[in-house]
Amino acid sequence: MMARSLALALILSIGGAAHAADKPAVEAKSGWVRVLPGNLPAGGYVTFENRSDRALSIVGAASPQYGNAMIHRSSTDGGMGRMEMVDSVPLPAKGSLAFAPGGYHVMLMQPKQAVKPGDKIVVTFTLSDGETIPATLLARPANASGPTD
Amino acid sequence: MTPSIFRRALMVLLTAAAVASLAACQREAQPEWRLNDVSGHLPDLDFKLTDDNGNPVTGADYKGKVAVMYFGYTHCPDVCPLTLTQLHVILDRLGPAAENVRILFVSVDPARDTPAVMHAYVNAFDKRAVGLVGSQAAVEALAKRYRSAFTREPDRGDGNYEVSHSSAIYFFDAEGKARLLATPSASQDDIVHDLHLLTSLETRS
Repeated sequence: MMARSLALALILSIGGAAHAADKPAVEAKSGWVRVLPGNLPAGGYVTFENRSDRALSIVGAASPQYGNAMIHRSSTDGGMGRMEMVDSVPLPAKGSLAFAPGGYHVMLMQPKQAVKPGDKIVVTFTLSDGETIPATLLARPANASGPTD
Repeated sequence: MTPSIFRRALMVLLTAAAVASLAACQREAQPEWRLNDVSGHLPDLDFKLTDDNGNPVTGADYKGKVAVMYFGYTHCPDVCPLTLTQLHVILDRLGPAAENVRILFVSVDPARDTPAVMHAYVNAFDKRAVGLVGSQAAVEALAKRYRSAFTREPDRGDGNYEVSHSSAIYFFDAEGKARLLATPSASQDDIVHDLHLLTSLETRS
């Protein structure tokens, strides 16, 4: 009995280890940052893919290269361009969500060192289940339209 | 048919033909705009501001160029760069005609946007862009003139704040007459199409 439950525990733990070695449930890709002159805040964009069957949300962001990072949403509803801070961005089960110009973005403030096009910016996003998703965002010129030309 | 009646009939025919061709001419002179035609509904380009080189400028300084005016501010990391990038791509697509176009980026954040900050900002997008700054009163008057608006949002507590602002793009012909209005979601194809027409009006006059 004892041996059997030990064996079961072993199988379960191996199963768990194998599961952990799989791709993470949420992946961040195609990330880029629009670099503006001086110390102006920069917008960061990234696409999240949620492979799990659980609806999650993105609740925070931080970057070692910036003093402050905040999740914002822009809108031009009613002809007024405005920006608001958001606490949580829904990430549907088995779905994806893009932070893209004119919508959700991570606003990166107070760069610790001058950021120039070609630099790689690390941003860690926090999910509603406590998991953290590291993302690498490519620094792009101010007038770039996306992660690549 | 006597010669005089024949002459009169010919005259009527010729006149009719002339009227018809004149009408065709007038139809050609009315461009088929794809953006919103605001001719006669908004005032001519007129302001007294400071450009990004620190020089005082007025609307008349941009006579001879098609002016594309947009209100925004440099601490705007998303919507303003998106619109300025789109305008940059549009001017590149326009080709040589883009030399007759100027983007006028008017700051709605006089407290933070100096000519130097504006200079670095607009040039990061397009060399044909001009940054314009002025007193709060001067910028408010300009916004009001074009039925635009902007509001400084409350401080976030760290000294930073956002400015909500009208996102419309205004197009003036080379004579400084307001001609077209677009939203940032207007298609690039439509803006390129209308800028080709606007710049060709300019070269004809």
